[in-house]
Amino acid sequence: MNSSDKKLGEIRALILVGGYGTRLRPLTLSRPKPLVEFANKPILMHQIEALVDAGVTQVILAVSYRAEDMEKELTEQVSKLGVSLTFSHETEPLGTAGPLALARDLLSASPEPFFVLNSDVICEFPFKELAKFHRSHGKEGTIVVTKVKEPSKYGVVVYKDDGEIENFVEKPQEFISNKINAGMYILNPSILDRIELCPTSIEKEVFPFMAKDGQLYAMELEGFWMDVGQPKDFLTGMCLYLTSLRQKNSNMLHEGDGVVGNVIIDPTATIGKGCRIGPNVTIGPNVVIEDGACIKRSTILRGACVRQHAWLDGCIVGWKSVVGRWVRMENTTVLGEDVIVKDELYINGGQVLPHKSIALSVPEPQIIM
Amino acid sequence: MLKAVILIGGPQKGTRFRPLSLDTPKPLFPIAGLPLIQHHIAACAKLTDCKEILIIGSYTTVTMTPFVSEMQKEYHVIIRYLQEFTPLGTGGGLYHFRDQIRAGNPTAFFLLNGDVCADFPLKELWAFHEEKSTAIVTIMGTEATRQQSVHYGCMVREPNTKAVTHYVEKPSSYISTLINCGVYVCSLQVFHTMADAFQRKQDGFYNGNGQGSAHPGYMSWEQDVLALLAGTNKLYAIQVTNWWSQVKTAGSAIYANRHYLELHRDRLSHAPCNILPDVFVHPTAVVDSTAVIGPNVSIGAGVTVKAGVRIKESIILNNATIHEHTLIMYSVVGQEASVGEWSRVEGTPSDPDPNKPFAKMDNTPLFNNEGRLNPSISILGAGVVVPAETILLNSIVLPHKHLTRSFKHEIIL
Repeated sequence: MNSSDKKLGEIRALILVGGYGTRLRPLTLSRPKPLVEFANKPILMHQIEALVDAGVTQVILAVSYRAEDMEKELTEQVSKLGVSLTFSHETEPLGTAGPLALARDLLSASPEPFFVLNSDVICEFPFKELAKFHRSHGKEGTIVVTKVKEPSKYGVVVYKDDGEIENFVEKPQEFISNKINAGMYILNPSILDRIELCPTSIEKEVFPFMAKDGQLYAMELEGFWMDVGQPKDFLTGMCLYLTSLRQKNSNMLHEGDGVVGNVIIDPTATIGKGCRIGPNVTIGPNVVIEDGACIKRSTILRGACVRQHAWLDGCIVGWKSVVGRWVRMENTTVLGEDVIVKDELYINGGQVLPHKSIALSVPEPQIIM
Repeated sequence: MLKAVILIGGPQKGTRFRPLSLDTPKPLFPIAGLPLIQHHIAACAKLTDCKEILIIGSYTTVTMTPFVSEMQKEYHVIIRYLQEFTPLGTGGGLYHFRDQIRAGNPTAFFLLNGDVCADFPLKELWAFHEEKSTAIVTIMGTEATRQQSVHYGCMVREPNTKAVTHYVEKPSSYISTLINCGVYVCSLQVFHTMADAFQRKQDGFYNGNGQGSAHPGYMSWEQDVLALLAGTNKLYAIQVTNWWSQVKTAGSAIYANRHYLELHRDRLSHAPCNILPDVFVHPTAVVDSTAVIGPNVSIGAGVTVKAGVRIKESIILNNATIHEHTLIMYSVVGQEASVGEWSRVEGTPSDPDPNKPFAKMDNTPLFNNEGRLNPSISILGAGVVVPAETILLNSIVLPHKHLTRSFKHEIIL
C-alpha cells in the first residue's frame, strides 16, 4: 500500500439497501435482497469487498425494514473482512437522500469524503479511482456515470470534458448524452447541509443544485455495469460479470468436461455425467446436477437439484428447489426457495413462489402463487 | 362360408388425417405397429369361417399391392384389393363389386369401415345376425353421449326384437344415443335392396333430381341403403360395450394406439430399456438402454432412440432418429424425421372426456371459430428436422421441413 491508499483508509461508505426488494421476488420472499447470491456471493458482499479493497473501514447500511437474520449474517461475514458494519434504520422510507441525513452523525464524524452507493449495482467497482479523481478536482461531490445504449429510457448526465456536470436531463427525446448515473458517489460531509431529514431524492433534489453551483463532477465507469434488481437484469448482469471474470480473474471460472464458456461451480456442487453446463452459468454450494442435464445462462442457488435430462435457459433456481427429469425451463423462469417442479414439465417464464410444488406445465409467462 | 369387406375410401378422403396421410395412405398408417386396416384383417382372419377378405377403395393398386401381398403371407385367408374406377360412395363401391362378393355364395359378409378402430366382436355380431331370421343387415351399435350422438348415424330399435325402426345419418336434432359403429353383417339379399336404391339413384341422376351426385353410380350406404331398410324388420342392431372409436383426425391416432396396444399385449416386444407399458418397439429399432419409453408408445422399424430420451403417448414412424435427452409426448414423429438433443416435442391429447360415460373422441376441426389452431397432438411429417434444444408445442410440421427454431401453436408449411 502506498501513502495515498492509507489516506483512503479513513473513508466511510453508506449503502442504500432500502425496502423489501419486491422487484426480485420470489427470491426476496425467502431472503433479503442483499443476501441473494449473485455469482455465488451475496449481492451486498460484492460491494463491501470492493469497498474494503479501496480501504473503507466503516460501512453503514441504510435499511427501511428490520431483518435480524440479515443483520446477523452480514455482520458475521463482514467482520472477517476487518470492517465494521452499522445499520441505519429508517422508520419511514426516506428515498435516496434522506438516509444520508439520518446517518449524519456517522458520516460527518470526520471531514473525509464518504462513498454512497445503490445496493443493486454490479460492475467493476472503481472506488480507488473515484476517490483519487474526487480529490483531484476538490469539489463537493463526484458521481460515477456509465454509458448506455438507449439513453432515452433514463435520466442522462451532461458534463464538460474535465468532468464538471452541467445538468441532468430526464428521458431525453433528442440525443444529448449517453451517460447515466451509475448509482455510485463520493461526497464531502458538507453535502449533508443540503439534505433535510425527510423523504428526498438525491438524484432529483440534491444533485441538480450541486451541479448548478459547479460542485458536482462525473467520472466515467470502465467496463460493464448493471442494476441487478430484477430477474431479467440479474441474469444479464451475471453474464457481464462472468465475462469480466474471464478477462480479470479467469482462475475463478470452472473448466472441464461438459463445461462451455464462462461458468462458476462451487466446489461442493456435484455434476453428473453427460451434462452440458454453460455458457454463463453459476452453480452454488451443495447443488446437485444429475446426468444429462443442460444448463445455459442460469443461476442455480445453494442446495438446489436439477435432475436428469432437464434443460434450462435463462432461469434462476431458488435454494433447495428441485427441477424434475426432462423438465424444460426458459425465458426468465424464477423458482423461489424449495420449489418442486415435477418430471417432464415445461415452464416458460414462470415466477414460482416459495415452497410450491408444480405438477402442470406453465406454457406462457405466469406467476404461480 | 363367410366373407369380409373393408371399405377404405381413397386419397380424396381422410384429409383431416393430414399431414400423416400425405406420406402414408391413411388405411396403412401404423397404429400399435400395424397398419390401421391390418387390425380389421386380423379380426376377420380369426374367424375360421371367413374365407375371403375384400378391400374396396379408390387408392391405386400400386399403393395397395405391397400391403395386400404381405397380408396374404401373414394370414391364411384370401385377401384381395378391388380398386374403384372412381369414388362411388360407401354404397356405390360395394354394389359395383357385388359379383366379387357373391362369388362362392357366402352365407353373409362382414362389412367394416376402414376408418374405425375397435375390439371387433365379430363372432358376437355374427351369432346375433344368424339368430334374426328376417335380418338382411345387422349394425354394430354403441352408446354415445346425447351431445355427441348427432355426429354419427343414430338409430332407434324395437326394444324386444332389436329391429331398427328409425335410422338417420348425422341428424340435426337428437334422435337416440345408440349410434352406428360402421361395422355390419350383411346377408346377400342386401344386393336386392341396393339394386332398388341404385335404380332410384340412377333415375334421379338422369331426370335431374340427383344433382348433387357426381356419378350415376354414386350411392351412400348409410343414407341410401340403411335408411331404406329401417322399419322393415330387415335391419337389426346389436349394442356392444367393447372399445370402439372413429379414426378421423390425426389426434385419434394416439388414442387408437393406446387401445390397440392394450389389446395386443401378447405381441409387444421387450426392448432393452426402461419400459412403462404398453409399448411396441419394432425388432429392428435401436433403443438406448437409458431411454424411458411409455406408456402408449409405438416405435417403428429402423428407428434410433439415443441415450436419455423420454417418449410417452406417441408414435415414432420408421427410420426416425431421436437424439439424446429429448422428450416426446402426445406426438407423431414421421418417417426419417430427426429430433435434435435436449429438444421437446409436445402435443395436447384429444382423448374422450374420461368423466363422461360413453363419451367419444371429439374430432375437433384444426381451427376454432376465432381462426386459432385448436390444441392438438404435435405432428412431424416425414423427413422433418427439429434442431437441438428447441420446443415444438401443439404444432404440425409438413413433410421435409428443416426447422431452425422453436414453434408453438403453428402449422409449418
